[in-house]
Amino acid sequence: MLQEKDKIFTNLFGDESYSLKSALKRGDWDKTKNLIANGREWIIDEMKKSELRGRGGAGFPTGLKWSFMPKDPDLTNYLVVNADESEPGTCKDRDMIRNEPHKLIEGCLLASFAMNAHTCYIYIRGEYFNESVVLQKAIDEAYEAGLIGKNASGSGWDFDIYLHRGAGAYICGEETALLESLEGKKGLPRLKPPFPANKGLYGSPTTVNNVETIAVVPSILRRGGEWFASFGRPKNTGTKVFCISGHVNNPCNIEEEMGMPLKELIEKHAGGVRGGWSNLKAIIPGGSSVPLIPKKTCDTVLMDFDSLSAVKSGLGTAAVIVMDQSTDLVKAIAKLSHFYKHESCGQCTPCREGTGWMWRMMEKIGSGHANSSDIDKLLDVTKQIEGHTICALGDAAAWPIQGLFRHFRDEIEDQLKKIKAA
Amino acid sequence: MSELKENFTFNEGNLIEAKKILSKYPEDRKQSAVMPLLDLAQRQNENWLTREIVEYVANYLEMPFIRAWEVVTFYSMYYTKYNGKYLVQVCGTTPCWLRGSDQIVKACKEMIAPTQNTLSKDGIFSWMQVECLGACVNAPLIQINDDYYEDLTYDSTKNVLQSLIDGTPVEVGSQSGRKSSKAVS
Repeated sequence: MLQEKDKIFTNLFGDESYSLKSALKRGDWDKTKNLIANGREWIIDEMKKSELRGRGGAGFPTGLKWSFMPKDPDLTNYLVVNADESEPGTCKDRDMIRNEPHKLIEGCLLASFAMNAHTCYIYIRGEYFNESVVLQKAIDEAYEAGLIGKNASGSGWDFDIYLHRGAGAYICGEETALLESLEGKKGLPRLKPPFPANKGLYGSPTTVNNVETIAVVPSILRRGGEWFASFGRPKNTGTKVFCISGHVNNPCNIEEEMGMPLKELIEKHAGGVRGGWSNLKAIIPGGSSVPLIPKKTCDTVLMDFDSLSAVKSGLGTAAVIVMDQSTDLVKAIAKLSHFYKHESCGQCTPCREGTGWMWRMMEKIGSGHANSSDIDKLLDVTKQIEGHTICALGDAAAWPIQGLFRHFRDEIEDQLKKIKAA
Repeated sequence: MSELKENFTFNEGNLIEAKKILSKYPEDRKQSAVMPLLDLAQRQNENWLTREIVEYVANYLEMPFIRAWEVVTFYSMYYTKYNGKYLVQVCGTTPCWLRGSDQIVKACKEMIAPTQNTLSKDGIFSWMQVECLGACVNAPLIQINDDYYEDLTYDSTKNVLQSLIDGTPVEVGSQSGRKSSKAVS
């Protein structure tokens, strides 16, 4: 279990103020100038040593991602922070923004310096209006104190942060759709290549990072990459904020060590599964886009990237959605199918048509008026969508359905047979 | 209240705000400001947009009307009709549903209107079911205008709505008395 002294987000729940005065007491903005003085190579090297993997879902190594940015000083590089948190089950960035905004802002400065960017945009989901007000106030405070702006923190580096509010589109959490949106267009994902590190915002080199990825940067640089890497297992290191929702006694957000057993995470922090561990049916361990895992797997699985991918699921955003024995799993996944149907941008045919079709088929199965061949057909269609779209939304819509039938097909078919017999 | 407004222009305060927003983006990238400016215009017009208003914003940013209209229709937070003084958005995605969002919908049906996107009889409210609002450990929840009301039950939802009708203050955030997303122990 993570000790208090090793927690990065000591004010995750807003027990203290988010203000600069309060943040300074918590150690934010402590000699930021010296960190910058260590130079770009040192920062990227520490990030590589930390083995931090992006916290937005895909888990790409952050230090490596930063090293892709062109070093030509004549180019206008950008850092864009993805605060469009919309993955069902996920609400960690919200707490960091409203209660620890200075960790994020300081992280923006350090990351931007490391990537030769003088400008950073933070794209926050439109629904987080109150959170955007807090973040803007914190940005204003940082400007007034000279921490950002011209000669930020006395480092000699000029640095501006701008906050941009979205307007309710899950797809804008996809990095290239986010860039389109930031350019004032519909959020349609771009074909890659070119990758954002070569041609991103306004055609300039851009790195898009999740809020949590950036907000842990100052702590990593102060305490050392090796300190961060001392938590968890190799390639799955660090501390992580988990969101535990659904059928638990005490739903909550909690910062823990990466790789904690799923069962321990839920029992120690969320008051256990409603009705006890034996009442568990299945868990979606990493936000709506990853396949669910049945109780038997939940008994032993560790909460990190590689452990979860070994059981054909994923850590995703570390949003743990717990479902007890009372859950109608077909309905629970059908709700997610409806979500993806609603959020498809409509650009690629397999996704635009397929998400609606899959949802209707899930509803049909849920109503009981379906048979085994319908399930075969549905699974076949998920395979036709997966991998055949510009962005990963198609995959994300297909995987929860595949996960459901991978583990519960027999049970669902039994129910269908019973309904037919009656 | 909801009549067509012609000759829309930003009011004095919003003209200043609009300039401030424009200054965030490179000078030759004015279109980047279309989302914040549509939001600003919408707030000035009782939370909805008319074609005339969108034309005004497009002209303001020197961009084609259709490009601005595409943005209006693509994103869910721009409204092209009046939704009442209070727009109640009920999250119905899986984490909220697991914790009883159907009961919240029921409360809205009883207190506001039997169908979504319909003004209540007194014209104050409307409600709609929306996808994930991103506060899943505080499920179920609703968003009313800019504010989240979390950890709801059928009864506490009715309390929140009644307080708005009565004009009595109601605390934003968790309705179960807990602090943010911290576990109650």
